[in-house]
Amino acid sequence: MAKTMAPQKATGPALDPGLVRKLLTDMLLIRRFEEKAAEAYALGKIGGFLHLYIGQEAVAVGATSVLRPDDYAISAYREHGHCLAKGSDPKRMMAELFGRRDGLSHGKGGSMHLFDKSVNFLGGHAIVGAHLPVAAGVAFAIKYEARDQVIVCYFGDGAVPQGEFHESLNLAALWKLPVIYLCENNRYAMGTSTDRALAQTQIWKFGQTYGIPSEKVDGMDVFAVRDVVGRAVERARRDTTPSLIEADTYRFRGHSMRDPAGAVYRTKEEVEHEKERDPIALLRQRALAGGALTEADVRAIEKDVSDRIDEAVAFADASPEPPAEGLFTDIYKEG
Amino acid sequence: MAVMTYREALNQALREEMRRDPRVFVIGEEVGLYDGAYKVTQGLLKEFGAKRVVDTPICESGFTGVGIGAAMLGLRPVVEMMTFNFSLMAMDQIVNTAAKLHYMSGGQFSVPLVIRGPGGPAAQLAAQHSQSMETYYYHVPGLKVVRPTTPMDAKGLLKSAIRDDNPVIFIESETLYHLKGEVPDDPDFLIPLGRAIVRRAGTDVTVVAYMGMMYRALEAAEELAKEGISVELVDPRTLRPMDTETIIGSARKTHRVVVVEAGAGFAGMGSEIAAFVTEQAFDDLDAPVERVTGANAPMPYARNLEKLKTPTTEKILAAVRRVCNANGS
Repeated sequence: MAKTMAPQKATGPALDPGLVRKLLTDMLLIRRFEEKAAEAYALGKIGGFLHLYIGQEAVAVGATSVLRPDDYAISAYREHGHCLAKGSDPKRMMAELFGRRDGLSHGKGGSMHLFDKSVNFLGGHAIVGAHLPVAAGVAFAIKYEARDQVIVCYFGDGAVPQGEFHESLNLAALWKLPVIYLCENNRYAMGTSTDRALAQTQIWKFGQTYGIPSEKVDGMDVFAVRDVVGRAVERARRDTTPSLIEADTYRFRGHSMRDPAGAVYRTKEEVEHEKERDPIALLRQRALAGGALTEADVRAIEKDVSDRIDEAVAFADASPEPPAEGLFTDIYKEG
Repeated sequence: MAVMTYREALNQALREEMRRDPRVFVIGEEVGLYDGAYKVTQGLLKEFGAKRVVDTPICESGFTGVGIGAAMLGLRPVVEMMTFNFSLMAMDQIVNTAAKLHYMSGGQFSVPLVIRGPGGPAAQLAAQHSQSMETYYYHVPGLKVVRPTTPMDAKGLLKSAIRDDNPVIFIESETLYHLKGEVPDDPDFLIPLGRAIVRRAGTDVTVVAYMGMMYRALEAAEELAKEGISVELVDPRTLRPMDTETIIGSARKTHRVVVVEAGAGFAGMGSEIAAFVTEQAFDDLDAPVERVTGANAPMPYARNLEKLKTPTTEKILAAVRRVCNANGS
């Protein structure tokens, strides 16, 4: 796929070097953040469940790149990428994964519950499907107050058979809410492939059922994601029309760190084949082929990203454990 | 003071808070055009319009989630459950999302949300429509749980719940909607959450009860007064956080405690009250704490079986006489 894509784009419009640099930086930041998180997990510095997004970076970065900073994003438990792309500080995110005082939630959320109000990132929700109605509620509030923001709601193919997916699409369509439901179809809900879970595996078609604009996009192509999500954002902002987008993507790692090979329910050959669609490699290749970036530019970006992630790990390591009194704070909002 | 029904008091609370704060809106099944399944929201659509009185399709999880999302952005939704039994469809939203967002986000987000509607046993509504749903919710850190017994409490507590920055489970009762009582006219009349009230002062035994059970306990107290037993009646009003001080204070004074609850007794409110009274006031007790609870069975439909399931005034009388050693045995 990579081979067919590069020549196509070589004849297409020239890539904007500033944009390419930004997209590549953001995607690499997610990849390196998670590679380091996996190392830290192996060292016992991160506990519980850790779900890596590696392979899916083009979706979060492409979608976020067409949002305004004051737009909202909400996600499930595989949300490191969405939170980073939205502009959250990798230092405070890593500290949260480490369960430390300086984490985004002072160590009380962890990997599955990242929240960053400063960048309008609304979590970090670990019950499959549950944040879809919440996203509709955020869009409801935007419309109620006649604001022109939108919300992007990321979820996996695993949420599609849940009732809340259908309740949310129905309400969003019925009330014309400015929400973009962005399904990252990585083909497996934990170990259950879409063809074992869904009577209709063309997820985007559920949008047609509810009468809202819906399309499928190559989730490994960051520019394609930008185009499709960009159109949806424009519709949502202009006339509060919701959309359903299905991004065809793939996670290169297992479901979580407890499924390291991710190979019981899929073949190694399949995984290796999908890695040929690596969204970062594709972008790098296009950037170089089109002349938007030089090899030296790419090396400089990689160095910069590595340095930032090293800093994030050092910051998390240096941050103390949360104080004991933290156990009982923030149960209720006082006064 | 005006005399009005419990239903009217709730309606007035909603109306006043919606006038006071444009961020307050009502959402749920049949709240608008139908004027409310139990008419609590009667006339609100006419006064505030469809933007703020939002009829939903039947999807409790969906519209509760909408309330949570709207609350995250600073609106103050009042979600109506047609009956609280239906909230089980939304239990994940309430327990996993509403109750925990403030904590999981380290205080970044809050959920100023009220979920209200009737619950508890009514009249031959059978097993699926008669549950004392507070039992399911007062276990959960992050929620506040309110059960208002009188029209005055209904108004004052609902207004406080709407002004509270946390998710509040507010469970009314089908059997009390028609009940009349005095209610202050002052639009700033509030009853703080988390405070119990002593409804009747007494010296011999403390009876803790709320909602319909409080009215049965009142009947029992009047009967017992004729026998020379002075009953102090304590209504917790808010079950979480609970005003344990008032209950303990009363127990220390009377040395005997009976808890009455409509729900099944196992792991119920009575168990909790018996536990903390025993832990904190054991030396003051002259008798073990007694519980008068609903039977450990689903609610049957047949009238005679329903009565057997439910704590009656007779059962309360018997329990109080037992703890007071006044039954002659």
